[in-house]
Amino acid sequence: MSIPLATFLGADWQTLADAFGLGGIYALMAVGIGLVFGVLRLVNFAYGQLVMAGAYSLAFAYERGWPLWSGIVLCFAVVVLLSVAMDWVVFRPLRGQSPAVMLVATFAVAFLLQSIALLWFGSLGKIAASLAQLNQPWTIGGVDIRKISVVSSAVAAGCLLLLVLLLGRTNIGLHMRAAALDFRTARLLGVRANRVIGSAVLISGLLAATVAVMMTVQTPLVTPDFAFKDTVLVLAGVVLGGMNRLVSATLGGFVIGFAWGFLGGALPTDQSQYLPSFIFAAVILVLLIRPGGLFTRGGNQALERV
Amino acid sequence: MRQARSGLELVGPIVLIAVVGLVGTLVSLSTETYVITTLVNVVIVVALYIFIGNSGVLSFGHISFAAVGAWAAGVLSIAVAEKPAVMPHLFGFLRDTTVGNIPSLAIAAGIGAAYALIVGLPLMRLSGLAAGIATFGVLEITHNVLRYWEKIGPGVTTFSSVPETTGLLQASVAAGIAIVVAFVYQRSRYGRMLRATREDAAAARAVGISVYRQRLIAFALSGAVAGLGGGLYVHLLPINTELLYLDLTFTTLAMLVIGGATSLWGAVVGAVAVSAVQSFLAEAENGVDVFGRTLDLPSGTRIVVVGALMALVLILRPQGLTGGRELSLPRTSVRRLLTKFAP
Repeated sequence: MSIPLATFLGADWQTLADAFGLGGIYALMAVGIGLVFGVLRLVNFAYGQLVMAGAYSLAFAYERGWPLWSGIVLCFAVVVLLSVAMDWVVFRPLRGQSPAVMLVATFAVAFLLQSIALLWFGSLGKIAASLAQLNQPWTIGGVDIRKISVVSSAVAAGCLLLLVLLLGRTNIGLHMRAAALDFRTARLLGVRANRVIGSAVLISGLLAATVAVMMTVQTPLVTPDFAFKDTVLVLAGVVLGGMNRLVSATLGGFVIGFAWGFLGGALPTDQSQYLPSFIFAAVILVLLIRPGGLFTRGGNQALERV
Repeated sequence: MRQARSGLELVGPIVLIAVVGLVGTLVSLSTETYVITTLVNVVIVVALYIFIGNSGVLSFGHISFAAVGAWAAGVLSIAVAEKPAVMPHLFGFLRDTTVGNIPSLAIAAGIGAAYALIVGLPLMRLSGLAAGIATFGVLEITHNVLRYWEKIGPGVTTFSSVPETTGLLQASVAAGIAIVVAFVYQRSRYGRMLRATREDAAAARAVGISVYRQRLIAFALSGAVAGLGGGLYVHLLPINTELLYLDLTFTTLAMLVIGGATSLWGAVVGAVAVSAVQSFLAEAENGVDVFGRTLDLPSGTRIVVVGALMALVLILRPQGLTGGRELSLPRTSVRRLLTKFAP
């Protein structure tokens, strides 16, 4: 059970870097889910299916031998379109419903999109390997680290920085923060609801596309349930961190991604097969002790709000 | 008049189940399996209703109670002689015990209730989103453990050699029992207290109702019914961990929501209606003749249609097909009937 110190500190830098990479990706997904939750009070179970759509677009481009950039452009276009379409077709009619209804509805949308992908592309999966060279290692100070671990950490950090600037320094960012705090008052003060919601959906779509690009490097085989497991984990992480603030939700996403990546790499197989049990048991335990979230101050507001 | 209406609340679903059972006796043998599956689905959806419908708290975890019930019933009903071949790593006491069909179903219900009670002790303190995620966690943990722990079951392999005893009669009786249990519960003071917490938790607390305790009671009761449903499943077809996981969670939730989550009538109607659609589509995926034309749908159409139905119902009619109300005759006709037959 115990992880030898030597592996932790020396030989297994790759595991640590992988864990950071996965934590970064999950943090981005957490932001994508948290942004929409902030303005709509809606937990999007179907967020992973946006990522899946992006991954299929990359596979589509790869199969036809398109250049890398056009694949990525297609991925962003498809994901953003789908994200906006989801808002129009599903989220809008549901506005004002109870959170439970909205959660069940997005759960249904997730299954719907997943089985559409199954019908369309079959269950065997497609390959999206246009960025496969990122799986090659870099040798830094005698240690081999796969490029993608570093790249995804860096991309995640970059995206988060951009987002902080957007939310902190621009008008629309201010509006979004106001809407997340109290939507009705924000509207009374002249914040345009549709514009705020539209930009939240748009940004969360952009993030999903970014995640799709990163994820296909590590898992080039794109199947209909691509990113579904990850969404469940990220949702657990978001609730674990604290849903009410974007920072705590992001941290929660990072923590669960890091824990998943690190334990998955460090534990031997006969233990790591029970990893989902460990992780979810830990999540449930934390929820019992701090129902409002791990990184929130002052207790249980989230409990009553949702 | 009140009597007549409340009677309908129980009689309506029972009659529907009886009709489904009778249809099952008329059709071909291959179609009969669909009818039995429908009845087992009714059991599980009623279990969901007992908790979700009465408490208003979402649970993604009930299929794990069904899975635990299925495991218990399956492992205990395989003949002792066959166990070493099917499951070589079993615990000693499981290896040496075999029970009959009805006891195995009773054990499935008991284990389901016990598991739900243990899980509910910590979980029922949560509500809203945290409860949703935590119950999802329970589903993940249960699936994970059943999949890899070969001392309590077949692990990743499919259950084989379980006697296939779930017939039309047994499934109908079980569905009837589930409905009676749900009816008695929702009429009892506990059911009423829980419904009060659903409508207004603060007001319910103010009149001295313990939200935690009432939710826990309903959770354990629904765990028992779900366990029974799992036991019926394992005696119906060869199952594995994947069959009692996300897809079934989704379809049973869809049945509840499409029918109308806040009434027993809604739960039963939803289960029957969606199962009927599903059975038809499952046949169509193999190719079926409709009005002289061969309809041949690609496999996977089922979940697309059910998902689309569920999304549509949620958007257009969030209370479900039945409006979340119990079955009742239109007021005027009840009055007319009563005046007609009254002395």
